[in-house]
Amino acid sequence: MSFIRLEPRGQASKTMVYVTPLLAVALTLLSGFILFLAMGFDPLKALYSFFVAPVTSVRGVGELVVKATPLVLCAVGLAIGFRANVWNIGAEGQLTLGAITGGGLALAFYGEGGWWLLPMMVIGGAIGGAVWAAVPAFLRLRFNASEILTSLMLNYVALLLLNYLVHGPFRDPDGFAFPESRLFEADATLPILWAGTRVHLGALVALLAVAGGWLLIARTFIGFQIKVIGLTPAAAGYAGFDQKRIVWLTLLLSGALAGIAGMGEVAGPIGQITASISPGYGYTAIIVAFLGRLHPVGILLAALLMALSFIGGEAAQIAMGLPKAITGVFQGMLLFFLLASDVLIRYRVRFGARRAAA
Amino acid sequence: MNDLALIGPILAAMFAAATPLLFAALGELVVEKSGVLNLGVEGMMLVGAVCGFAVTVQTGSAVTGFLVAAFAGAATASLFAVLTLFLLANQVATGLALTLFGVGLSALIGQGFVGIPLEGLPKLFIPGLTDMPVVGQALFGQDIMVYLAVAAVPLVHLFLYRTRAGLVLRAVGENHTAAHALGYKVLRIRFFAVLFGGAMAGLGGAFLSMDYTPMWAENMTSGRGWIALALVVFATWKPVRAMLGAWLFGGVTILQLHVQGLGIDVPSQLLSMLPYLATVLVLVLISRDVARIRLNAPACLGKLFHPDA
Repeated sequence: MSFIRLEPRGQASKTMVYVTPLLAVALTLLSGFILFLAMGFDPLKALYSFFVAPVTSVRGVGELVVKATPLVLCAVGLAIGFRANVWNIGAEGQLTLGAITGGGLALAFYGEGGWWLLPMMVIGGAIGGAVWAAVPAFLRLRFNASEILTSLMLNYVALLLLNYLVHGPFRDPDGFAFPESRLFEADATLPILWAGTRVHLGALVALLAVAGGWLLIARTFIGFQIKVIGLTPAAAGYAGFDQKRIVWLTLLLSGALAGIAGMGEVAGPIGQITASISPGYGYTAIIVAFLGRLHPVGILLAALLMALSFIGGEAAQIAMGLPKAITGVFQGMLLFFLLASDVLIRYRVRFGARRAAA
Repeated sequence: MNDLALIGPILAAMFAAATPLLFAALGELVVEKSGVLNLGVEGMMLVGAVCGFAVTVQTGSAVTGFLVAAFAGAATASLFAVLTLFLLANQVATGLALTLFGVGLSALIGQGFVGIPLEGLPKLFIPGLTDMPVVGQALFGQDIMVYLAVAAVPLVHLFLYRTRAGLVLRAVGENHTAAHALGYKVLRIRFFAVLFGGAMAGLGGAFLSMDYTPMWAENMTSGRGWIALALVVFATWKPVRAMLGAWLFGGVTILQLHVQGLGIDVPSQLLSMLPYLATVLVLVLISRDVARIRLNAPACLGKLFHPDA
């Protein structure tokens, strides 16, 4: 029939599961080369200043970890949901809410904090994110409304809420009407783990989330239910798994993790609540989840790569005057190439005319 | 008396605000009728918006701008089509990728065009009709794109329900296996449906940047692509209801602007939440009726199809 065709494999290829992310990265770099060339930049120099130069210093590596922290936290939660066909794409909003509730506690107890304040802020951030994710969960289960659309709409609502708060109730009383809160006190700031960088305690929390996420998926009955529901919902129904409970669990969990990520941003590298606390971590985390094969360890690696695209974008902007928007193009391209090359996992590419069936 | 004088401009603004939603929603409606769920509407709108704007600035021709915008939207959509139709990628993930990619790409293309003003399209003026009180301006004083969007509604309806091609498209969306068995080219039909959706999203985006605002700013669609997706559900996949939904949302958008004008003291950010909250509310109201959704939604929506499998 056609010269190139796809032939189903008897079994999903284990090798391809690992090969396709690398293939996608390679194709993205190749496209980046062509893109830079077309834009009139020296492509090798541009790729170097984008992907290599930023991590040639200790500070640069530290920044990589700082940016990867919220990505890991968000993506681990999202991936668990995606496995169960729960499409939470509201991590950006849940992160924002976590920053509002967690950071709000820092402002509420300004000047009267203590050792207890940080743990309380973590819990507050988690609750804020979870509450924001509970809305799409409730609306899906009670009213059958698509969580994709509701969670996404809530992203915009959360950002507007943040914007309102920093222009109003959260605004620094001594801040000359700038839309920013006070700087958090030491009691409300995450300790730095690595001197000379901005790597903060949140990085450890992110590692914990990776370990916890892996345990949940690979070693618990709930993880098993999540996987079955995702792969064959009908079988999960026959087995009597409570699908509603899984929807609640995955959404609340991913919301809480995103909330912690948001709290970690305001109590970590930012140190106050401002109108822009995330360059789109919640959206990039979707790419991270897929690139990491919805597996916590894969997510860790994918988050580092995506973090590199963020700092690379900033570095290339300074070094070569490249537009910062390139970051988004690279991220989108990477996900495209990954999704495209994933076909190789379940299909073989065959050339030539179809032979008669044996 | 004073209130009555306000109604005319409010109505006029409502129809204009509804237009980008209507373009995008009608396009996505056809896509979904063919059984494909493309969540990349926001990305396609942005690419259409920036391409149309850039071309209009450079050529001075709005017609060229809109044509290029439609083409750019379709080209962006073709990425989605190739991935989901021929490489069998997950439609939800690919749609999200398309939006993320479109946001980045449009920002990249548009970086040299931020802050440049455009004139917008000329408004219709029919003596005796346009200066009619209250509804004159709203009905007879818009520009051509507003009318084109409305004209597209019966055209899409007629195509879907009164032509053979429309029947085949719906059949493919309802049961791709049966349509394939009858000899219809499922993938080819879906491919063209997706391209149409992209072109319509591109037009909707270009209406925003070339006419409604009219200027280019990063991420300027601010969720309209997603609202259009919600509108398709709200419309239970029926073109006329999509138009009513678009007007409703146009109304909410305008309401938010006018409440402040009326001197009601609500922070502007909270008012700006209205369209998004309204989307959630409307989705909830319509999705609540599971039987109705199941009856109207294309049965193969979002399902992959491989002719050899």
